[in-house]
Amino acid sequence: MRIDLNGQTIETQAQTLADLLSEQGFESSCVATAVNGEFIARSLRSETRLDDGVKVEVLSPMQGG
Amino acid sequence: MFHGVDLTSRLMLGTAQYPSPQILLEAIAASGAEVITVSLRREGVAGGAFRDLLAESRCRLLPNTAGCHTVREAVTTARMAREVFGTSWIKLEVIGHADTLQPDPFALVEAARVLCAEGFDVFPYTTEDLIVGEKLLEAGCKVLMPWGAPIGSGQGLRNPAGLRTMRAHFPDVPLIVDAGIGTPSQAAQAMELGFDAVLLNTAVAKAVDPVGMARAFGRAIQAGREGFEAGLMPERDMASASTPVFGLAELA
Repeated sequence: MRIDLNGQTIETQAQTLADLLSEQGFESSCVATAVNGEFIARSLRSETRLDDGVKVEVLSPMQGG
Repeated sequence: MFHGVDLTSRLMLGTAQYPSPQILLEAIAASGAEVITVSLRREGVAGGAFRDLLAESRCRLLPNTAGCHTVREAVTTARMAREVFGTSWIKLEVIGHADTLQPDPFALVEAARVLCAEGFDVFPYTTEDLIVGEKLLEAGCKVLMPWGAPIGSGQGLRNPAGLRTMRAHFPDVPLIVDAGIGTPSQAAQAMELGFDAVLLNTAVAKAVDPVGMARAFGRAIQAGREGFEAGLMPERDMASASTPVFGLAELA
């Protein structure tokens, strides 16, 4: 399945958002997630299924003004 | 003072654009700031190090929604920030124009209403417009953050009279001047007008010596506040001799 992860098209075997985070090597407790522009809480990642072409954002704490 | 949190320092400091993480940490310490702003971004190479730095700073975090242009983007970013930073504080920016980075007041009020209803403590980045301010309070905001000048411009208080009017119009609402401050004297001016705090970033981060500038801002803000509390003398159009005329010698 091909999905969009942080603006890059990638091929993934992951069925859920939680699977995707572990497949891609994210530290799941240190990131926030959104699917198709909607926030997905940490507790809902394992039940959030990914469809072909879905847009996933995985964001981290960074510098800001 | 702000959402039930009392702070000693009236300077809130941004964490972007510093020459190095070490200089950022030293600047935070030198400024005395107890609140620092942060953002959410796709993680770069130094993401883990930044998390450690935040812990080391021991500051309260104020995540922002910088770069959001719509209600939906800002609301989603705020929800993500609450989870990852573990705070209900959010500096709400909904940008209306890419060049001026001027807030979109209509989208700002709408996003503020959604987030306040969800229990966020919203710090809205707004203009000095009184009616927008009232709408933000109606939406549930307990703090307002008018701009001094466009973000990163360093122009200082572009509309001091408007800010003075805003201060008078909202006597009991914590007001923070956010954005556009370029020099310590401009920050002091905001404090002399009676604002509760100043939020700035670029003026410190882009100084030749950010740590020295952070200290200078901390002191200027404290001096401005003390000046305000001591009560400024009224301005006059004409001169008024300060040395008494009584007892003046006749030497002519």
